[in-house]
Amino acid sequence: MIQFTDVYKSYDSGREALRRINLFIDQGAMVFITGRSGAGKTTMLRLIGLIERHTRGQIIVNSQNLERVTGNRIALFRRNIGFMFQDHRLLNDRTIFDNVALPMVVAGYSHQETRKRVHAALDKVGLLALEKAYPLSLSGGEQQRVGIARAVVHRPAVLLADEPTGNLDPALSWESMKLFEQFNQVGVTVVIASHDLEMIRKLKKPIVILKAGKLLTSATEPSEA
Amino acid sequence: MNKRLSKNSNTDNFSKRLKIWMSQHTQAMLSSVGQLRRNLTGNLFSIAVIGISLALPAGFYLVLDNTQRVMENWDGTIQIALYLQPDVSNERAGILQQELVGHPLIEQISLITKEQALAEYKQFSGFGDALDSLEENPLPSMLLVQPKLVAITTEQGEALLAELGKLPEVESAQFDRQWVKRLIVILHMLKRAVVILSTLLSIAVLLIIGNTIRLSIINKRTEIAINKLFGATNAYIQRPFLYSGLIYGVAGSVLAWLLLIVTTAIMEDPVTQLAILYNSDFRLQGLNIKELGALVAIGGGLGLVGSWIAVGRHIRDTEPV
Repeated sequence: MIQFTDVYKSYDSGREALRRINLFIDQGAMVFITGRSGAGKTTMLRLIGLIERHTRGQIIVNSQNLERVTGNRIALFRRNIGFMFQDHRLLNDRTIFDNVALPMVVAGYSHQETRKRVHAALDKVGLLALEKAYPLSLSGGEQQRVGIARAVVHRPAVLLADEPTGNLDPALSWESMKLFEQFNQVGVTVVIASHDLEMIRKLKKPIVILKAGKLLTSATEPSEA
Repeated sequence: MNKRLSKNSNTDNFSKRLKIWMSQHTQAMLSSVGQLRRNLTGNLFSIAVIGISLALPAGFYLVLDNTQRVMENWDGTIQIALYLQPDVSNERAGILQQELVGHPLIEQISLITKEQALAEYKQFSGFGDALDSLEENPLPSMLLVQPKLVAITTEQGEALLAELGKLPEVESAQFDRQWVKRLIVILHMLKRAVVILSTLLSIAVLLIIGNTIRLSIINKRTEIAINKLFGATNAYIQRPFLYSGLIYGVAGSVLAWLLLIVTTAIMEDPVTQLAILYNSDFRLQGLNIKELGALVAIGGGLGLVGSWIAVGRHIRDTEPV
């Protein structure tokens, strides 16, 4: 469950990225955050993942008030979140297996468990055969799927994806969205920031629309967007 | 029953956490070794600089250690000569010798009677015939006192000399330790120089390791940020860097040790030749096992502290973007 109550976010420069956001995303939901560039989509994801701190208000994620998550608790909190970026952020000097295994290794899972789950995640995204390859030898679509596998391998409660289809052609974008949908079906709360309205409409999922840091609509039906 | 279950579960938790901890440490160490191998040339240069920096104070320590051993070998030749009053009989001189045997600052004491002194003088002076013409033996009995090392190397020697000089049987007491005093002062100076040099070079080692680790952190900024994004704690991220610092320090110490072995081997022959000229069986000695252990511990410690200083700030500052 994700809950924003009167949340503001402003930067040292004085720019207000988010203004009085009130939002509720139920556990196990799949929600799209959309809006123009600079509307605050990425900021919202960063606040949920504790990459940035909100300036005012209250954010609750998985029953945790984020204001009280400090020090080493931040690391433990992030182990329950899966991140997925437009630029994939893979480690180019590590194999695909090692990249996907990263959240498991960080959390201290055993080698056997890590191996089992990494293989399962790679199998799910259709890249098991490439586990020994390096990211730079893969296509953009394949790299993106590695990013998805890494984001879900540790079975997070929340999956945050920032413009995950930004660099992909429509067919690959659709394939990726279907993967997100499958993870959602097994109970993962999925929050995707995207401005690909056509795709969002096709998936018929709730939408959060942002405009210049303000919430226009919260969890509306795709047709209203 | 419940208590027992809870106890078992606590033990299981502990052993699970210990396993995770050990696994993460092994992984961090392997990651450090891998990182060192990836940039082998650069890292070997760093280790060489650390090794030379550690070899210098360790070398000075060896010089001091060997000089002190030289002094210990020479203590038998540094003696206090007690010239007794002419009227002190051989018997009385013998009694005085026995009285001084148990003195805490005296290692050994020997008596040269008037007759022995005359015989020796006759033998070595070449004035045998002239001495035969004398009615009386003009030479006094003498006690040769070999002080303990502490009396040779410290001011206690002066106190001993004064004490012995005040004895009623003693006419005069001589202790030629001026050169020993000079040597001791030089050794004190050298010791201070070694302490200062060691401190400065230790700081240099800290800076070298700290800077190497800092550059390594800057190069791995992206990786650190991604690790943090997926829940890595600062301690988890710091570990491989701390191991790298430790490896730099230990490898530098081992290199310093090898350099000292080579230096000792090169110097051994000339030093032995010099010792033979002084009728000494002195042999140059390198570091023993304990000293090698201390060198490795100091190197490893400096490596750890240097990297800890570097990682502490830089890793805290690196956040996911």
